[in-house]
Amino acid sequence: MRLELKGLTKKFGSFTADDDIDLVVEPGQIHAVLGENGAGKSTLMNMLYGILKPTSGEILIDGEPVAFSGPGDAIAAGIGMVHQHFKLVGPFSVADNVQLGREHTRGAGVLSARAARQAVRDVSEQYGLRLDPDAICEDLPVGVQQRVEIVKALSGPSTELLILDEPTAVLTPAEISELLDIMRSLAESGTSILFISHKLKEVQAVADTVTVIRRGKVVAELEPTASETEMASAMVGREVTLTVDKAPAEPGEPRLEIEGLMVVDEAGVKALDGLDLTVRAGEIVGLAGVEGNGQTELARAVLGLVRPDAGTIAIDGRRADRTSPAQRIERGLGYIPEDRARDGLITEFTVAENIVLNQYREAPYAKNGVVDAAAVRKRAEDSIAEFDIRTQGPAEPAASLSGGNQQKVVIAREFSRPRRVLVAAQPTRGVDVGATEFIHSRLVTERDTGTAVLLISSELDEIYALADRIAVIYNGRIVGEVGPETPREVIGRLMVGAEAPSTEAESADIEAFDAESPASGGTASGGTAAEGPDEETNGGDRDH
Amino acid sequence: MTVTTETEAPTPEQPEAGEQPEKRPPFMVLFGRYLTEANSVMVTIYSLLLAFLLGAVLLIVSDEHVRGTWSYFFSRPTDALEASWEVVSNAYVSLFEGAILNFHTLDRMAAGNADVGDLLRPISETLTYTTPLIFTGLAVGLAFRAGLFNIGAQGQLVFGMLGALIVGFGLDLPAIVHIPLAVVAGAVAGAAFGSVPGVLKATTGAHEVISSIMLNNIAALFLVWAIGTGFLHSATRSELVTKPVDDSAIMPGILAPIDDDLRVNYSLVIGAAAAVFVWWLLSKSTFGYRIRAVGFNQHASATAGMSIGRTYVTTMGAAGALAGLAGAALALGVGSGGITTNTALEYGFDGITVALLGRANPGGIVAAALLFGALKAGALSAQPDVPVDMSTLLQATIVLFIAAPALVKALLRLRAPRGGLVTLEAKGW
Repeated sequence: MRLELKGLTKKFGSFTADDDIDLVVEPGQIHAVLGENGAGKSTLMNMLYGILKPTSGEILIDGEPVAFSGPGDAIAAGIGMVHQHFKLVGPFSVADNVQLGREHTRGAGVLSARAARQAVRDVSEQYGLRLDPDAICEDLPVGVQQRVEIVKALSGPSTELLILDEPTAVLTPAEISELLDIMRSLAESGTSILFISHKLKEVQAVADTVTVIRRGKVVAELEPTASETEMASAMVGREVTLTVDKAPAEPGEPRLEIEGLMVVDEAGVKALDGLDLTVRAGEIVGLAGVEGNGQTELARAVLGLVRPDAGTIAIDGRRADRTSPAQRIERGLGYIPEDRARDGLITEFTVAENIVLNQYREAPYAKNGVVDAAAVRKRAEDSIAEFDIRTQGPAEPAASLSGGNQQKVVIAREFSRPRRVLVAAQPTRGVDVGATEFIHSRLVTERDTGTAVLLISSELDEIYALADRIAVIYNGRIVGEVGPETPREVIGRLMVGAEAPSTEAESADIEAFDAESPASGGTASGGTAAEGPDEETNGGDRDH
Repeated sequence: MTVTTETEAPTPEQPEAGEQPEKRPPFMVLFGRYLTEANSVMVTIYSLLLAFLLGAVLLIVSDEHVRGTWSYFFSRPTDALEASWEVVSNAYVSLFEGAILNFHTLDRMAAGNADVGDLLRPISETLTYTTPLIFTGLAVGLAFRAGLFNIGAQGQLVFGMLGALIVGFGLDLPAIVHIPLAVVAGAVAGAAFGSVPGVLKATTGAHEVISSIMLNNIAALFLVWAIGTGFLHSATRSELVTKPVDDSAIMPGILAPIDDDLRVNYSLVIGAAAAVFVWWLLSKSTFGYRIRAVGFNQHASATAGMSIGRTYVTTMGAAGALAGLAGAALALGVGSGGITTNTALEYGFDGITVALLGRANPGGIVAAALLFGALKAGALSAQPDVPVDMSTLLQATIVLFIAAPALVKALLRLRAPRGGLVTLEAKGW
């Protein structure tokens, strides 16, 4: 299918979300659309998928203008979409989810389970997407759930164009490399792909052509060979430095000491299995690992949301594992949660209310149980200025902020009180380039003022960009502590439990993904320390 | 239960929230736009109108004589229309006369057969029924804000009633001390009973809806048993009724100086004060901040160091205290009679609908309690002209429409409001 957008414009009142967008997707081409949050990518896709009606302009499929009045029309025209947030019915089987909305029946409304299963198998085989039609969706790993979504999109009557909206946001490195392989083979078999992303490395790895959108306008058409700095600058509209400037760390006394930490989850599985880790004042320890190896439980245990079954946690040299989260926060523990929408913000609250969320009871924000609204607003105004939070003001609900600005609210909150230890879990997840740059530099500033920083990230690039020391977590244990100059392959092997032979295949995947990316030094989230000479020396100095 | 916003995909004719309009349209245009928009105020007003409309249809259908006139509608349509108008207008006029102002009393006053007391009686009755509803509405509404669905207001009310009663007849004190003490006893008893589901939820995770429904049954049966015991049972009467509270504990009537028969008493003032206090608590205090935070997102609240369990216990305790005050109002308001198994009526359950209608806001709850109190007083006084079920029916339909704003919007072809339709939903239920 050849898709062409001509002067596509979408206005909401006097606000123009998309302005005169021209774009061509050739058959079998992977066309990446890059843009920051709020650039108009989602509006564009929603018009293409029939959810929104364009204000002006036209959509042409194989040269014929089309007008969609709903997703049904788009599907009939051969467009399939995989949404960023999966639209699966959790307790249903894979086959039931794939046939959702176009059920296979034996007439008279009687479902045919056999036909549904067969249909899944057919699509699976045709595109090489392994799936068990009888598996229950909510039991599947996220990467496999996404495969279900892709099969669902491809099961349309004649799907020839697939829209993937931020498909890698929730995937592990191994799942990402698998997805990129799937995309390539789909394109080879003639399916056109529109790939929405703001992860430059993936775009470079897989796209045939790149369109950059900023503030609703096409600002650049790039080749995938363009450098990451070039892409990032086009997205943000100014020069972007992708490497983080930082001086050598000067680690001081231990601030966060974890010994033999054991957390058994409800299913009786040891999420943390005797984990030892020490973070010193003035250093950033990066915790690398494939998601689901105990990072979440570790962060929650350090804050006190889960009670450890064994082991100790000390903050600032004092045992803390029997104290409440409030007491630990009072002792100077800052915490950036990995799931911002769930744990980080109360989206119904205003920006100001969110900024004082863990201090609302203290002076000057409250006196004798009464909130001092003026003090809270004053504080919010200061934070908005200091952290460059793009908002209409302290009274705006947090829900209407972009992801990056929401994260800045969380960071402004955590950075607002004297801190001894900072736990930052996935601090730049779902955050655009400009905000990532800002958050990274704040984390380094934080380190330089003497805070002990534990950075938990599933993105190796981020670990390399920031960490003074890298600890690798696997199956609830630290399996290695290495310097930042350690090559990716070594860490990649540690991340999948190198000594276990069954996981070699996964390890190979990660290396393959790294090898595929033509990037030399710069990355989406920062320069790889291994290749930057400055970083290397720094790392060497710090490697005790 | 919380107020949530369903955002709809914006459409071109609907300006986006947040943008600055270049020039402001004239006031009347904006006002007209507001009237035709499905915002929460207009949906409430339209829900009331639709409910009364539906009530009118039912009145017409259920009246045998009027049904008869419709059978020959095509030969003499005026008969049917006149008869219908008559039955509907009679019913609604009687409701109004029973709840607010009786025009016949004015005539009788002119003739010297009635006094100001008679004129004020409907209002007094309305406010008498309104008083407990304010408390129970607040009890349910406050818990909503913490994400808790307090079905247990009825049971909390029963215990508050018993607490106030026992202090009311058990102690011998001057009125200036006795009344406040009995009121406080009601609040404390309600708080104690109300915090039970909170404690159960905080410690064992038991859902408050289940536990508070069960506790309602326990309270209702406990009341039947307690009234029969020698401690509470009236010494002079054989039927199931308790001793009356001492004269020194009877809540004085607000309008008693005008006419002893006017029942509305100072519990109404306590109710109004409670509404102001709950508003203050929610919007100005750190406790209210925590209630709202936990109600919106308990995960983020816990991450910020708040104790979710403690919030549940204290909120349910505060809600129970409010429902207990409703019980105190009943116990101290019945005057020289005692409490029967009937005294509590369904005030606790009606509190749920009042809180819903008031959208869990103290001001809205007071307005809703007034409306429901008026419907109840009107329906009772309009018997037998209007079936007493009319008031229940209207209440039910109003809430039905309010709970389904999309239905109101579709029926009246209203425009989508900025920021989406506002619906109420119980979290985790």
